[in-house]
Amino acid sequence: MRIGIPIEIFSGERRVASTPEVITHLHKLGFTVAVETGAGSSANYTDDAYKDAGAEIISDTKSLWSSADIILKVRAPAEEEIELMHAGQTLISFIWPAQNKELMNRLAAKKVTVLAMDSVPRISRAQKLDALSSMANIAGYRAIIEAAQNFGRFFTGQITAAGKIPPAKVMVIGAGVAGLSAIGTAKSLGAIVRAFDTRPEVKEQVESMDAEFLMLDFKEEGSGVGGYAKVMSPEFIKAEMELFAKQAQEVDIIITTALIPGKPAPELITEDMVKSMKEGSVIVDLAAEQGGNCKLTEANKVVHKHGVTIIGYTDLPSRLPTQSSQLYGTNIRHLLTDMCKEKNGVINVDMEDEVIRGATVINNGQITWPPPAPKLSAAPAKPAAKVAAPVTKVAAPPSVWSLLLPFIIGGAVLFGMGLSAPPEFMQHFTVFVLACFIGYMVIWNVTPALHTPLMSVTNAISSIIIIGALIQISSSEKWIMILAGIAILITSINISGGFAVTRRMLEMFRK
Amino acid sequence: MPSGIFVLPAGIVTASYIAATVLFILALGGLSHPETSRRGNLYGMTGMSIALLATIFGIVTANYSILIGGMIIGGVIGYILAQKVQMTQMPELVAILHSLVGVAAVLVGFANFMGHDPSMTGVDKTIHDVETYLGILIGAVTFTGSVIAFGKLSGKITGKPMLIPGRHWFNLVLLIASIGLCFEFIDQSAAGAGIVPLAIMTAIALIFGIHMVMAIGGADMPVVVSMLNSYSGWAAAATGFMLNNDLLIVVGALVGSSGAILSYIMCRAMNRKFIAVIAGGFGTSGGTVASSSAEAGEVSAIEADEVSSLLIDAREVMIVPGYGMAVAQAQHTVFEITKTLREKGVNVRFGIHPVAGRMPGHMNVLLAEAHVPYDIVFEMDEINEDFPDVDVSIVIGANDIVNPSAQEEPDSPIAGMPVLEVWKGKTTIVMKRSMATGYAGVDNPLFYKENTRMFFGDAKVKLEEVLQNLHASN
Repeated sequence: MRIGIPIEIFSGERRVASTPEVITHLHKLGFTVAVETGAGSSANYTDDAYKDAGAEIISDTKSLWSSADIILKVRAPAEEEIELMHAGQTLISFIWPAQNKELMNRLAAKKVTVLAMDSVPRISRAQKLDALSSMANIAGYRAIIEAAQNFGRFFTGQITAAGKIPPAKVMVIGAGVAGLSAIGTAKSLGAIVRAFDTRPEVKEQVESMDAEFLMLDFKEEGSGVGGYAKVMSPEFIKAEMELFAKQAQEVDIIITTALIPGKPAPELITEDMVKSMKEGSVIVDLAAEQGGNCKLTEANKVVHKHGVTIIGYTDLPSRLPTQSSQLYGTNIRHLLTDMCKEKNGVINVDMEDEVIRGATVINNGQITWPPPAPKLSAAPAKPAAKVAAPVTKVAAPPSVWSLLLPFIIGGAVLFGMGLSAPPEFMQHFTVFVLACFIGYMVIWNVTPALHTPLMSVTNAISSIIIIGALIQISSSEKWIMILAGIAILITSINISGGFAVTRRMLEMFRK
Repeated sequence: MPSGIFVLPAGIVTASYIAATVLFILALGGLSHPETSRRGNLYGMTGMSIALLATIFGIVTANYSILIGGMIIGGVIGYILAQKVQMTQMPELVAILHSLVGVAAVLVGFANFMGHDPSMTGVDKTIHDVETYLGILIGAVTFTGSVIAFGKLSGKITGKPMLIPGRHWFNLVLLIASIGLCFEFIDQSAAGAGIVPLAIMTAIALIFGIHMVMAIGGADMPVVVSMLNSYSGWAAAATGFMLNNDLLIVVGALVGSSGAILSYIMCRAMNRKFIAVIAGGFGTSGGTVASSSAEAGEVSAIEADEVSSLLIDAREVMIVPGYGMAVAQAQHTVFEITKTLREKGVNVRFGIHPVAGRMPGHMNVLLAEAHVPYDIVFEMDEINEDFPDVDVSIVIGANDIVNPSAQEEPDSPIAGMPVLEVWKGKTTIVMKRSMATGYAGVDNPLFYKENTRMFFGDAKVKLEEVLQNLHASN
């Protein structure tokens, strides 16, 4: 099948749906690829690079759209682009079906198949084609870069000849993919980072990035379906707002990433909080498109209010076009790989596959959105409780009797033996018992890696039984001599075999 | 001491035995670390030589030609065996060598009985008879048990447990018969006879050895092999008592306790009671215990090129080898992949479960053979908590040792067995030939986890493909 990659016509959009590197992989899957002239130029991918990767460069937009069986795009198609589509074509791009009912109807009327990259179910198996995560990662990174650009000081603390520079303090609200990415970036610039999230299970992730997790002294589970957060109770929000108000006075940079699917972004930073912030502080609001987490955010703008710079860009991924095109293109490639298992260049919209089912919002003109709910949340909290149960059983303290009993029995046996056995036997028995204990001490020290050599060497030395045969070999009785002779023969096999193979093995253990 | 004309004074012989004993203990002590282990083996050889020379020059008085001939022929056979054996066949070799110790114990026991010393009477005589009887009994069980273990390990006998109806009763009857025969033997021996009960007992012990190991499944082989190791030691100790020889007693006790500890470690690693393992039959009931909550979900397969790109992108890789790696002889390819990845800065480590493979330490030996440096090979306890930081785990031909139901399902047949928690890593690649269950017959929910990819096919062939892809991506 033929894949078409048109230029993105949305104003300010600099990304492209595929890169030369991705196209070489698409060829391996059996597809042919056509790229519109200049499609990658904003993202620093030249037409020549695409050509080198085996793509055809087409300057005429119409013929590109009409000749392609599959269209790969970043932004949802505009009015005039939908006009160019034909029945049976497949479109893969961001769609946001919940917010774009009208667009969905128009696409359905065109009898096309549409896979929405934003509707890929957020399950572990689909991570490699999760474009939202890829974009969120870039947005989080870029948010810190934008903050640094607008912040008048270093992020890192330094002691210089000219005096001491305190490190910047960054608070990240919402530790999703974007939040974690922002945490990592701010950390690597040297800032002190704190993070807040309503979902307690992310505490570990935040702490693993060496940031501080802000805890609320409040019990409420904030995890919703598919790893997203849900709306919290009013009491929780009150406690949360108090925390933010306190933090706002301390920190220099606030990054907000709080989003609840299908709802306007929650307002977390009030005007009063902004007023209480230090002069020159920066807020980057990654939820600006959904209304913003900060009261004063204006979408797509940088505003200065009460001495604080508030950044409301909604196109942060597009501001790192090379990187975001590469990740987005790779996500699409993984989707196509899943859809084209035979690698014959033909895609198969398998509605039984959970991932493809989720992404497919229109199948041959039939609207198939929303898909049935995904099976489970990313964090299985339940099994932990189950595990604890059997462990406690083992920990029951042994009773006094069970401790004493072996000693009593052992004592009795020894006493009985002492009464009846001849002294010579007791002497040997002493040696035997002591040797058992030496063996016990020595063997516990053997490293488990050498257990096989241990077995072969003990095997060799247990052939010391040859001494028994040697003692008897000089007997004048023929049968005894024969038995002893055979015993000598086979124990010799064992001695040389055991030691030699042990040596061979030990020679192999090298650093 | 039996009478004889000493070339070396008895004191020197005893002193040599003491030296040999100390050297044997040092030999075992040396195995506490790979660095010291080679020297340890040298101590062992020296100890053995001293003991042999002292005995030959101190006690032996005649029939030197048989002695020398036997030792040379046996020595050459043993040496050739040791040089020829494949590292994957090590469990078989160890098992068959154990059987030889068993035979030797039986032969020495009979020889000793036939040449009995008329001077012994009363309690001394009784104790001596019991010692002889026990030495032969343990030796005979060790012999046939090891032969069957050898057959099972080398695939000449099916690895499935063979269970005859009423087998516990059968064992009980054998035990009672052995005890009864012991009394009979002592009685007759006092009258100068006794060979008949001794021979019958030997036959019973041989049957018992066969029956015991036949009933034990393939996955329990690590326990069986170490148990037989222990038995061969006890046989030597019993012979030592019989001959009043402290060297034999000490060495037998060392070996016996060594094998017993290994058995204990193996049982603990499977969370099973020693008695339960020996009673056998594991893996037969498992078929009916269809894993309850296993939402027999679908597995997602993966191909070699994707595996290699996952590996290149990873920072922490953990390889968990199992018996399947030994079967496929894939250890060399595994090492090549390890080397390539480490050159690229990927931290590759190995996680070894104590019962991975068919004998204790089996995987370590295979990896060492493939030149994997031992400082990147870790035991389960050392490494289990690192899994959350691992990007990609590769499970090669292992099943039960990575089965999460051991922790998550209290009614699973393997519940409570310590397992490697691979599923806590970001991605797990499981290499298998098919979707069959492990030896325990338990379904493995790991395969259905969302971050698990199944990589089907022969481990060696498939890993070769991965390796080529890794080289190609340079």
